[in-house]
Amino acid sequence: MDFTIMATSFPKLLSAAVITLKLLSLSLFFGIFIGLLFAILRLNKNPFINKFAYGYSYVFRGTPLLVQIFIIYFGLGQIEYFRTTFLWVIFKEPYWCAIIAFALNTGAYTSEILRSAFQTIKPGIIEAGKSLGISNKIIFYKIQIPVAIRQSLPAYGNEIILMMKGTSLASTVTLMDITGVAKYIISTTFKPIEVFIVAGSIYLFMTFLIHNFIKFLEKKYSF
Amino acid sequence: MEILSFGKTGWGDELFYATLMTLAVSIMAMLIGFFFSLIFTPLKLSNNKFLNFIANSYTTVIRGVPELLVIYLFFFGGSGAIMYVASIFGYFEYIEINAFITGSFAIGIISGAYSTEVFRGAIQSIDKGQFEAGKVLGIQKHIQFFKIIMPQMLRLAIPNLSNVWQITLKDTSLISVTGLVEIMRQSYIAAGSTRDPLLFYSIAALIYLILTFLSMKLINRLEIKYSRGF
Repeated sequence: MDFTIMATSFPKLLSAAVITLKLLSLSLFFGIFIGLLFAILRLNKNPFINKFAYGYSYVFRGTPLLVQIFIIYFGLGQIEYFRTTFLWVIFKEPYWCAIIAFALNTGAYTSEILRSAFQTIKPGIIEAGKSLGISNKIIFYKIQIPVAIRQSLPAYGNEIILMMKGTSLASTVTLMDITGVAKYIISTTFKPIEVFIVAGSIYLFMTFLIHNFIKFLEKKYSF
Repeated sequence: MEILSFGKTGWGDELFYATLMTLAVSIMAMLIGFFFSLIFTPLKLSNNKFLNFIANSYTTVIRGVPELLVIYLFFFGGSGAIMYVASIFGYFEYIEINAFITGSFAIGIISGAYSTEVFRGAIQSIDKGQFEAGKVLGIQKHIQFFKIIMPQMLRLAIPNLSNVWQITLKDTSLISVTGLVEIMRQSYIAAGSTRDPLLFYSIAALIYLILTFLSMKLINRLEIKYSRGF
């Protein structure tokens, strides 16, 4: 056990944690909107629309995140026409490619979580709203969505942790997040165990914080 | 389409073998995972606080740390650890473990943490009366486990194990960083030499989709088989 390497690599890994957190928060932010959109599409009566939403979540949940990143980062740049559009400004950056891939991926999982939450809302709540003469739109925004969000909190907490682990794949497209820096230190010092302990503890600490934060929210919004 | 044909000019056969490799690693990892859960599930369920602690730290650490980091640990640290053990027994030559074994072990340990949780949950949700009835009837402990607990546990565990299998199958794509030629690595090689990453990564995605689809079909059958009588 080489403690000097652990001590010197700790600050480097900690500063890399900023990138991991940035990737995580941005992709979760976009992912929630994508998830909510597709969850609503899934509940649509039109078979074409809900099949499309199902297909989206099936494809993104059935393929590894690594493939999704590679298609977006390496694949899209290959289309000549695509490179002339304004989107290229975003898609040429590995940082944004990673975030787009993560957001689409977590969006697929979030849509499944929210869909099942919508479907398990007790019909009594909606009926109560209707009998009070509340319009369908307000029932949806003020009753269904808040209840669904509360019900999906535990599952969404797991999804946040899975996504945090998923951000490690950003290191495969040259981003220096915790895993990227850890790999760099390992390959220059050949001390895999020490670096793993330090990097792993940072990740575990983040997992611990997320876990407790979700627990806190669950308690706060319990009914 | 020629680029995907089987034979010397196409990548079809390479991708086919890569798919077999992915399946082999996944199955191997799943088996190693079962082996680990066979050790850690009893530790989790035991009354001894220390044993509990060991099993809990295993599942917490593995499930809280990115898979890629675990793979790097095994990839860079694996042969070092083996050589260290070998040096105790007086063997000082360089030992290189092949990527297949390192990869299956790394993924296996991850998959083991998930299946441990699945088995723990399944055993805990079996009615207490089943254990007591076995005891009262004077059935030996291991017979009780294999004939009474296990059949009921499997029924409860199979749906969740199918999730573990999906996670494991998708995790094998990460082994491509160690150079093992599975679907992702082969697509990477093909994309590099044909300069057509969009096509090859899309095909890789398609292969994974087919694999997950087929395995779901297969597992649903198993589920029906083990749910007979319920």
